[in-house]
Amino acid sequence: MSDSSSDKKTDAQNCAMDANSTHDAYDSFAAATGAGTDVSRRDFVKFCTTIAATMGLPLGMAPRIAEALTAAPRRPTVLWLSLQQCTGCSETLLRSTHPTLEKLILDMISLDYHETLSVAAGHQAEAALHTSMKENKGKYILVVDGSVPMKDGGIYVKIGGRPGIDILRELAADAAAVIAIGSCAAWGGLPASGPNPTGAVGISEALGGKTVGNIPGCPPNPNNFLSTVIHFLTFKKLPELDNQGRPKFAYGRIIHENCERRPHFDAGRFAHEFGDEGHRKGYCLYKLGCKGPETYANCPAVLFGDTGAGTWPVGIGHPCFGCTEKGVGFTVPLHTTAKLKYVTPPAGYPHIVEEQGGGAGIAATALLAGVAGAAIGAGAVLANNLGKGEKSVTEAEDPDAGEQGKKE
Amino acid sequence: MSETRPLGGKIWTKPMKVLSVFAALGLFFIAKRFLLGIGAVSNMSDGYPWGIWIAYDVVVGTALACGGYSMALLIYVFNRGEFHHALRPALLTSMFGYTLAGVSVMFDIGRYWQSYNLFIPGRSQFNSVLFEIALCIALYTAVLWIEFSPSFLEKMREKGKLKLLNRVLFVFIALGVLLPTMHQSSLGTLLLIAGSKVSPLWHTSLMPLLFLTSAIAMGYAVVILESIISSISFRIPFETKMLGKIAGVVPYLVIVFLMVRIGDVVYRGQLGAIFNGSLNGFVFVLENVLYLASVVLLLPRSKRESKQRLFIAASCLLFAGAGYRFNTFLVGFDPGPGWSYFPSFSELSVSLGLVALEIMGYIVFVKKLPVLPGRSPARNVMKVVQ
Repeated sequence: MSDSSSDKKTDAQNCAMDANSTHDAYDSFAAATGAGTDVSRRDFVKFCTTIAATMGLPLGMAPRIAEALTAAPRRPTVLWLSLQQCTGCSETLLRSTHPTLEKLILDMISLDYHETLSVAAGHQAEAALHTSMKENKGKYILVVDGSVPMKDGGIYVKIGGRPGIDILRELAADAAAVIAIGSCAAWGGLPASGPNPTGAVGISEALGGKTVGNIPGCPPNPNNFLSTVIHFLTFKKLPELDNQGRPKFAYGRIIHENCERRPHFDAGRFAHEFGDEGHRKGYCLYKLGCKGPETYANCPAVLFGDTGAGTWPVGIGHPCFGCTEKGVGFTVPLHTTAKLKYVTPPAGYPHIVEEQGGGAGIAATALLAGVAGAAIGAGAVLANNLGKGEKSVTEAEDPDAGEQGKKE
Repeated sequence: MSETRPLGGKIWTKPMKVLSVFAALGLFFIAKRFLLGIGAVSNMSDGYPWGIWIAYDVVVGTALACGGYSMALLIYVFNRGEFHHALRPALLTSMFGYTLAGVSVMFDIGRYWQSYNLFIPGRSQFNSVLFEIALCIALYTAVLWIEFSPSFLEKMREKGKLKLLNRVLFVFIALGVLLPTMHQSSLGTLLLIAGSKVSPLWHTSLMPLLFLTSAIAMGYAVVILESIISSISFRIPFETKMLGKIAGVVPYLVIVFLMVRIGDVVYRGQLGAIFNGSLNGFVFVLENVLYLASVVLLLPRSKRESKQRLFIAASCLLFAGAGYRFNTFLVGFDPGPGWSYFPSFSELSVSLGLVALEIMGYIVFVKKLPVLPGRSPARNVMKVVQ
């Protein structure tokens, strides 16, 4: 009994300590960012906890995350390089709500270079990039979105007159970590799908197989990206990656495993056409070409782009097109049925409802029909005769009426 | 009453022979049911615990047997003594209808040997609608036999006992109006508890009212139909004038019924269920078209004395009322996915056998007892001439 009570005490103390250290971290964070910070203590603690939860880390990690975000004398530097891309990945970051973008880039990290978000432009922006590179040599995080065109000396992307591949190599050489955001950066994505006129490849391949944290998706959920960044800041290393360089916390499971429509798959209820009964009832989209069964991503759990409840492709009735999966997204036609990793749907399913009770037997139907027919037939003949009788009676001065009259 | 007399004549006629075949078939399957159990003869299941024996024999059967009740309402409650001589044949059909409904319940309930408990107050469930119906039908059957018993006493020339009976008969006549009012509405109450199992086209809190009014209308229809068929079969004069007067009540009663019926469907916002292409929608339309047909045929006062019109209108009304009951209890009743019911051959044979027995009983009674107005000599002469 004393053991358990002391255990409890320790747990409680730990919790208190955790909370205290997160709060202390906030104080130093507030001091470092100046008195005018927009991030409240509550928001800060919430953010650290959310990030820890997204990565599947124990809750006790929140203080360490808080420390990592505040321990450095300066906010951690992030350089963002955009190559052959559509800015969708930047857009998804703009959609992020926890934290919001302005809190992220003004209070939590120091985004020293980003072509879309920079206030500076032209030579001024390039100068900022080089200054930051020198100052934070070996310490900055390089984030790249977009694929790298390798054909013809990489001339298909040029920034400040230099081919993208040259800039990438230079930046990657002194980066503490390289994170490739989006499918294009991860393995080439849309620009790399056939016939690939620019010879586009992913960041890792362009850098000769360097270990890169890949966050594929078109665009990926900002939480997956932020979590990877914060993991690096906290533990000074990238989270555990799979064989395609994707963090396992986000890309460890097939969409099909956690899909909200999975019970329909197992029960054999499929949408066969857009707008058919099954589609309207929210059945499984496998037969419409959903790539959920061969695509690794946490979409069913974190949904799409931080846009709110139920909003991810499958949730709104569109088959997954496999954007996070090399060789599936942008490659396999949209309505080609996915290759199932396991559990193929059987050709037939057992009845959910057991048929019970007797149907119409031949003898019973014949008897009923016979009786009904006889009744209707007899009724018709009778009615007809009554009609005839009446006509003749009216012609011959109605003896019936006469009788009735006598009686009454 | 003095006008009524036994029709006499041969009992074992051709129609009786045909009917006896059906009766024998029915009795055979009834014997099978008691030897081998309900499952051996019926298609009833846990999903459809009430099959044709309840839907037809009890629910439709007692409504068809409402002639006595409807006429009693007209004669005693609305004090229209001129219809008095139509009461006895109506009572006779009611008596057979109710007796056989009560008997058929005995095949339908699994542990019929427990049924005597109904009549032991300490063992009854007074909050049960089914209990009320069971008790009412049992009592009303007894009342009907007593109401009809003057015919026996007249036949037996028991003048003293007849006098005694006539002195207390008013009590039974009063009961004969009260009891059907109770249980005919309760037949509608029965399915209230089934809730969404009954199609919204039929399920409404107004079911008791609808069942009662439609039963009264069916009662008049039966009186009309029975009189016409009796006149043809037994070659007795048509009572067209009186039937025309009785028929005058029908259209107004049916109009009120239809207003409540359709108005209720509209009020509950279930009109769409009529046009969704289902069997339910179809039978709903059929049922109400038949009701409307009877109204249209009987509304013009000048044409109410046409025998053909009366016959067709009464037939329409009977099928409409029977349809309304059948649809509520069987067609519109869906106990859930997977369940289906269609009466088996043996089940149908039992119901048909009972109907055959009923008609045979009616024929024997009118020939042996003073029920119908007798043949007038003039009419007989005419027949001979023809």
